[in-house]
Amino acid sequence: MALIEVKDVIGGYGGAPILNGVNIAIEQSDIGVIVGPNGAGKSTTLKAIFGLLKVTGGSVMFDGQEITNSLPDKLVPRGLSFVPQEKNVFTSMSVEENLEMGAFIRRDDISGTLEEIYAMFPVLAEKRRQPAGELSGGQRQMVAMGRALMSKPKLLMLDEPSAGLSPKYVLEIFEHIVSVNKAGVGILMVEQNARQALAFASRGFVLASGKNRYTGTGPELIADPEVAKSFLGG
Amino acid sequence: MDELIFFINKVIISGTVIGSIYALGAVGVTLVFGILRFAHFAHGDMMTLGAFFTYSLVAILAAAGFSLPIPLGIALMPVAMALTSVAALGLDKGFYAPLRRKGAKPVTLLIASIGVTLMLQGVIRLFYGTSTRTFFESEPKDIFRIDMSWAGGTRPITITEPQAWMFGLVVVAVLALHFFLTRSRLGKGMRAMSDNPDLAQVSGINTALVVRVTWILAGALAAMAGTMLALDVSLKPDLAFNIILPIFAAAVVGGLGQTYGAIAGGFLVGFAETLAVFDWTVFLRPFRENLPEWLATAQGLSLVPTEYKLTVAFVILVIVLLVRPTGIFKGLST
Ligand SMILES: Nc1ncnc2c1ncn2[C@@H]1O[C@H](COP(=O)(O)OP(=O)(O)OP(=O)(O)O)[C@@H](O)[C@H]1O
Ligand SMILES: [Mg+2]
Repeated sequence: MALIEVKDVIGGYGGAPILNGVNIAIEQSDIGVIVGPNGAGKSTTLKAIFGLLKVTGGSVMFDGQEITNSLPDKLVPRGLSFVPQEKNVFTSMSVEENLEMGAFIRRDDISGTLEEIYAMFPVLAEKRRQPAGELSGGQRQMVAMGRALMSKPKLLMLDEPSAGLSPKYVLEIFEHIVSVNKAGVGILMVEQNARQALAFASRGFVLASGKNRYTGTGPELIADPEVAKSFLGG
Repeated sequence: MDELIFFINKVIISGTVIGSIYALGAVGVTLVFGILRFAHFAHGDMMTLGAFFTYSLVAILAAAGFSLPIPLGIALMPVAMALTSVAALGLDKGFYAPLRRKGAKPVTLLIASIGVTLMLQGVIRLFYGTSTRTFFESEPKDIFRIDMSWAGGTRPITITEPQAWMFGLVVVAVLALHFFLTRSRLGKGMRAMSDNPDLAQVSGINTALVVRVTWILAGALAAMAGTMLALDVSLKPDLAFNIILPIFAAAVVGGLGQTYGAIAGGFLVGFAETLAVFDWTVFLRPFRENLPEWLATAQGLSLVPTEYKLTVAFVILVIVLLVRPTGIFKGLST
């Protein structure tokens, strides 16, 4: 059974629905990538899964349980983590405090996980006492990812983790995502760098106007001439 | 020398007293603003309520013939702080939480808190009337006199026992708050929610718990400030009325949501007020023979007459906001 299964989800921000039947299913071993034009509802899909907006139709199953419209303080303990697209660090708090906030729901010893994160992002270990607001864009993205990993999730959702980063950092972030996945964490991410992200995606979803247009493995979608022409810029 | 002692008594000690009260009040206001994003106007009346809780406890124990080597008002303040915290939780549950659930705007909550102000004042008047009371009906208010004859002074530096307690307890409260906010899990969660409420929610931080802790702290700090003010001067139902505006000015000057800013703002406003109403002619006295007559006989050379003390806070507010629109410590914007 899939780790997460989003079935015919309909939802929006109170007005007309933005999502008109989104379907997503991925395993814990998968890297799922959602691509699509601006305003397609990609961010909205992640928010709908995470209980940040009202789902009015369809269902979301996670790890064998229905979580439709559950709130984050219930979802995080169950193993779901989310890195929003913007404002995804506590700017006035130190790097280490940011990471600690990711583990707020845990009552056990977090020092081991903290060391794992520092091993993955050595630059954060150096800056652990520095306010996250003073870091560069790439380092902030690492803090954001580290924060989300501190709760030891089964599924990590990331909204455009490479947005605004220089090509060198884009590659680095993608490498980290792949290694997190190898360590046993399912990934569901939205990406603007579609071609690059689909290349390592085991599941790809092309969304347009709040609906799935194409679904397949990443390489399949890249190879599909229709997808390439309409969504990947030729 | 006596002029300097007079200055210490009138400005340094009085400034520290009023600055401490403003600082404690402003910290409460700023914590509530940081977490709930509205200006809690009724904070001053939570201070009054806290002071009346202390007063009632003192009256009960004094009537039972109970006495301690320290002022009863100080000894019983922690109990009143706990009671005021409970009251603050009740006010939130009864008035603010339902509005938040309906997605009320900050200005709606502000107006609701003005309603709570009127209600609290009404309730206090209902139980205690409008008379002015003192904590020192049944016990003396000790005054410490620090002899300054070694420095050539003929008058002592005077400080009352409650004031001495106040200085110590304010230091303790500020340190405790500092350690809570920087070392404890819940304290850090509070800072996280004040920094970025959406991300705090996304991180799974129990925001409802953080809100409760905020009210507990706000209530306790309000009771402490209110009791200290009442111990220093006297207690009446509109105790907080004259100080709520300087407290808000202190919180804004310090940068809303900034705890240390509120402390700095409180002392800044407190000292500015005492300096502004200080009668500087004292310092002319030793030079009287050498001064032109109009200056030697000048009366009341203070910047602002005492009745207009309140304006000082606003002058500072305007100046700070012109120079740094988000306050001394970069605060949150509404
Ligand atoms: N908070 C909100 N309230 C109301 N409407 C919103 C809100 N956020 C997004 N929308 C609308 O929902 C639609 C989908 O937005 P969404 O952010 O999901 O797009 P996206 O696919 O993530 O696009 P992008 O690539 O620009 O990030 C857009 O039309 C947008 O205007
Ligand atoms: Mg988006």
